[in-house]
Amino acid sequence: MTAIANNSAAAPLTIDGVIIDDAELKKRLDKAMFRSRFRAFLLVLPLLLFIVFSFILPIAYFLMQGIYDSSFSSKMPEVTKSLKDWDAVSEPTEEMYAALAADLRVVSANKTIGRVATRVNREFPGSRSLFTSTGRSISKLEAPYKESLVKKKKKWADIRVWQGMKTASRTWTPGYYAAAVDLKLNADGSIDQQVEKRRIHIKLFLRTLKISFLVTLFCVVLGYPIAFLLATLPVRTSNLLLILVLLPFWTSILVRTTAWIAMLQSQGVVNDLLVYFGVTDDGSRYSLIYNQLGTLIAMTHILLPFMVLPLYSVMKGIPPSYMRAAKSLGATNWTAFWRVYAPQTIPGIGAGGILVFIVAIGYYITPALVGGQEGSMISNFIDSHMRQTLNWNLAAALGGVLLFVVLIFYWLYDRIVGIDNMKLG
Amino acid sequence: MIKVTTLLAAGIAVAAGAANAADSITVVSWGGAYTKSQVEAYHKPWMAATGNTVVSEDYNGGLAEVKAQVEAGNVKWDLVDVELSDAVRGCDEGLLETISIEDFPAGADGTAAKDDFLPGTFHECAVANIVWSTIYAYDSTKVTGGTPSTIADFFDTAKYPGKRGLRKNPKANLEMALMADGVAADEVYEVLETEEGIERALAKLDSIKADVVWWEAGAQPPQLLADGEVVMTTAYNGRIFNAVASEDKPFEIVWDGQIWDLDLWVMPKGAPNKEAAMDFMKYSTGTEALAAQASWISYGPARKSSGSLVGSFHNKPELKMASHMPTAPANLTNALQNNFEFWADNQDQLNEQFNAWLAK
Amino acid sequence: MPANKPLVQFKNVQKSYDGKILVVKDLNLDVETGEFLTMLGPSGSGKTTCLMMLAGFEPATYGEIYLNERPINNVPPHKRGIGMVFQNYALFPHMTVAENLAFPLEVRKMSKSERESRVNKALDMVQLGEFGNRRPAQLSGGQQQRVAVARALVFDPDLVLMDEPLGALDKNLREQMQYEIKHIHENLGVTVVYVTHDQSEALTMSNRIAVFNDGVVQQLASPSDLYERPENAFVAQFIGENNKLRGKVVDIDGEYCVVQTAEGVPIYAMAINVGNRGDESTLSLRPERVVINPEPGSVPNIFDAEVLELIYLGDHIRSRVAILGRDDFIVKVPNSADHAAMQKGDVVSVGWLQQDCRALDA
Repeated sequence: MTAIANNSAAAPLTIDGVIIDDAELKKRLDKAMFRSRFRAFLLVLPLLLFIVFSFILPIAYFLMQGIYDSSFSSKMPEVTKSLKDWDAVSEPTEEMYAALAADLRVVSANKTIGRVATRVNREFPGSRSLFTSTGRSISKLEAPYKESLVKKKKKWADIRVWQGMKTASRTWTPGYYAAAVDLKLNADGSIDQQVEKRRIHIKLFLRTLKISFLVTLFCVVLGYPIAFLLATLPVRTSNLLLILVLLPFWTSILVRTTAWIAMLQSQGVVNDLLVYFGVTDDGSRYSLIYNQLGTLIAMTHILLPFMVLPLYSVMKGIPPSYMRAAKSLGATNWTAFWRVYAPQTIPGIGAGGILVFIVAIGYYITPALVGGQEGSMISNFIDSHMRQTLNWNLAAALGGVLLFVVLIFYWLYDRIVGIDNMKLG
Repeated sequence: MIKVTTLLAAGIAVAAGAANAADSITVVSWGGAYTKSQVEAYHKPWMAATGNTVVSEDYNGGLAEVKAQVEAGNVKWDLVDVELSDAVRGCDEGLLETISIEDFPAGADGTAAKDDFLPGTFHECAVANIVWSTIYAYDSTKVTGGTPSTIADFFDTAKYPGKRGLRKNPKANLEMALMADGVAADEVYEVLETEEGIERALAKLDSIKADVVWWEAGAQPPQLLADGEVVMTTAYNGRIFNAVASEDKPFEIVWDGQIWDLDLWVMPKGAPNKEAAMDFMKYSTGTEALAAQASWISYGPARKSSGSLVGSFHNKPELKMASHMPTAPANLTNALQNNFEFWADNQDQLNEQFNAWLAK
Repeated sequence: MPANKPLVQFKNVQKSYDGKILVVKDLNLDVETGEFLTMLGPSGSGKTTCLMMLAGFEPATYGEIYLNERPINNVPPHKRGIGMVFQNYALFPHMTVAENLAFPLEVRKMSKSERESRVNKALDMVQLGEFGNRRPAQLSGGQQQRVAVARALVFDPDLVLMDEPLGALDKNLREQMQYEIKHIHENLGVTVVYVTHDQSEALTMSNRIAVFNDGVVQQLASPSDLYERPENAFVAQFIGENNKLRGKVVDIDGEYCVVQTAEGVPIYAMAINVGNRGDESTLSLRPERVVINPEPGSVPNIFDAEVLELIYLGDHIRSRVAILGRDDFIVKVPNSADHAAMQKGDVVSVGWLQQDCRALDA
């Protein structure tokens, strides 16, 4: 590089009277490369578009729901405006009641009062019926609204309803992320810890991490010898065994999970054998399923191929001459394995480990089926907020936190092992 | 999951000379014995009469799918069988089509629809077909310590040892816990309105928590009993009845402390085959269809006029259905109607608290 | 070369991998202490298998191998104390060069200071003193090769095995490394058993060469004997360039014989490896021993030959001629001041001495 730069500085190259300096050269190179770059770009364009529209945008949209919620503010614009200047402690004014009545008329007519009620109910439980029942008789209300609303339902005088509305009226809100980590957003914008009997998410995140970590550990312990065996056997035998490893891969996850139920339940195969061999008696069979143990067993089995395959491909790439070299240099089998072979499989352990861990951390169907109460994970909660409570905003926030946790682990992995050291095959 | 019950449909369409072009509607329900009863009592006769097709799908309750379909503007389902609280909630949120009782046919005895339906079974967006109940049942061959007969017995693991099955949801569990703790049925929701009431219910549940196996789908409890995973479990009464009637399982239902509720038809806003679905809704909530369903599963018809037509189990003439209905007078001595408004108001908060309790 | 008791002895060693085919058939071979012995042969000839049996990675199917007069068939590889250089070096990629060299010392529980001084000495020996902290992947092929050699020597083994160690290097580097390895061998006096399929490498480096073919040692001799006095047709053909002529033995007289070609022309040769009169024989003749236009009567074998091809190679001219019904007969004409001028298509006479023509097995 320097040589070229020096040359051009000393005596600029000219072709047809045009001085070819560095900038001109760069320009010509870019021009020459443009066509091939453009063609390469066209090749990846379909995939790029597919990923953007089917993956990135939906996820971004969904994650945004964790901080964006216009279900109150868009439907109750007047109240939202009047709540803006309210200090959340003084008594609500007649103007605020009037704004409320005006908004309720609209949402009651266009049948969206349920969503407004649901939204406020999240902030102040028990206020849902207050909205829906008031909505049904809103046409009979007359000014002054403060008096008539409170007369209709005493609860309208309760300042907590108004505080709930003020919290709900935020379009951009940290409330859901706060809730996802057991905090609580107050009407005045401050954030407190959730009352103890409703703290659950942190505990679940920790449990999810613990289960994922243990599953990863078991997968390493069980998968390593299998992969080693596969990598050292003659190709014909190892291909056959590889099919056995892959077979579960090709079986529906539901089939596999229910098979574990048949195996592990208290009247199941394992317990029957234990009773038969007198390990336990019929009355005190072991609880192997519908608890954390069941989740661990079933998930380890299901995720094992994710560990075995990267390990196998890494081990397959380690020539036997390394072990031979170590032995010829005086190392015993164990030393040769531990000092020479094992360190070279770390990229495989890393790849398998991070794969299993990240898949496990978001695992849903297996813990739902065999986890019982103590084996359920954070994704089961996300699911229940998606399907049962319909609190998609909280589900999005929980998903966002989960994603953040995964990224942290990814970053840690990169710092400790180095992402370049990951080998999938 | 999708069962196409096109049985006979094609042939009979011609025979019936149905004028309108054959439609296909998607009807979503809870699966298992319950869906089967609907297929036998509603789908097949309706298909035979109209030449239309019913595609039956299963789901596990809740409004999530309906919400997703309506909000995406891509509605696939024509009719959904929902619980009362979801019907009311979906209606309030504008997810459902409104219907009018005036459009529904009179009962077989000529009573106008609005007088024929039981009180509280007709709503702005929903019409009930059956009354069902959450009860508890036990396996008479496995239970020891006597014959359980009250709701308190379910919580008495000292006297009746063994695992218990409960739905992984606060609904029904909290009410049963309070009734078992001595709260009268008509005071249950009043007590639950207070923090102390909730604490009291959870404390009662705490007493058996270590022995609980949690279930989620309605088909699970009879299976748990049959597998010997539990000796007693809460369940939907029809599921237990069918296990006894069709499979001769040695299960017994305890009606004391039952919590009855409604199942209703709702139509998601923008349903693709609105007219045919509306026709199906009217047909299936007619006097005869409801009475026919009662010969397949022990859920009570929502029309008064069906009551007198309820006969025997479909393949066991000696098994009279009347006494197995949640609405049978003998079964209602200590019974509670599910309060949908209470649950609509407190569901989120109680779910959270219940889940936190579960995770403890 | 000190010729005392043999360091390694193969006695009636056989090896079969599948129970059907013997890849090594009844091997008997002594390796003298301090010598550089090369096992040379085409691929599949059994040479690498022999090395692996000696290193302990493959068990012998039959027979016994002795090291220092001790049978080692049941001694595991790590207790044999044999250094080994592998085809692709097998340097541990996760260790630095110094750690690689320290590995055999570490497993021998040597003290840290001892290790360091030995590692430094070994690095200096292969002129890589500054590369101790690099990873193998950061070195060039030649440097890796040197590290592999140093690692095999750092724990002072009596015997070092090398399995085609230079196969991955380009030609110039390979030649340079041949001399380096040879010098290290000479300086340290260590015994080396070297495996290669490259005959020039074998000729350059070895004290003795064992030529393998088909699981059998064809000839074990010094490089010059091997080249000048091959004992059978395979060795003659495999080592160096060789002209082959075929015929029947018509007369044997002590160490001389006469072989008649298919055309009925008699050729006077040395009787090296022939049976009786009437047996088929292959005559071996080095191209540089053929004389162009010899004085009539100066050599016993003189024939006419047509020049088919001339290749100018600087120091000599390689000439392909047609002779006695063959068209692959090579003559090397030295590029001396008075060398014969030939044109393609010329008919010249070529001749050779009886001593330069060896009658071998068919």
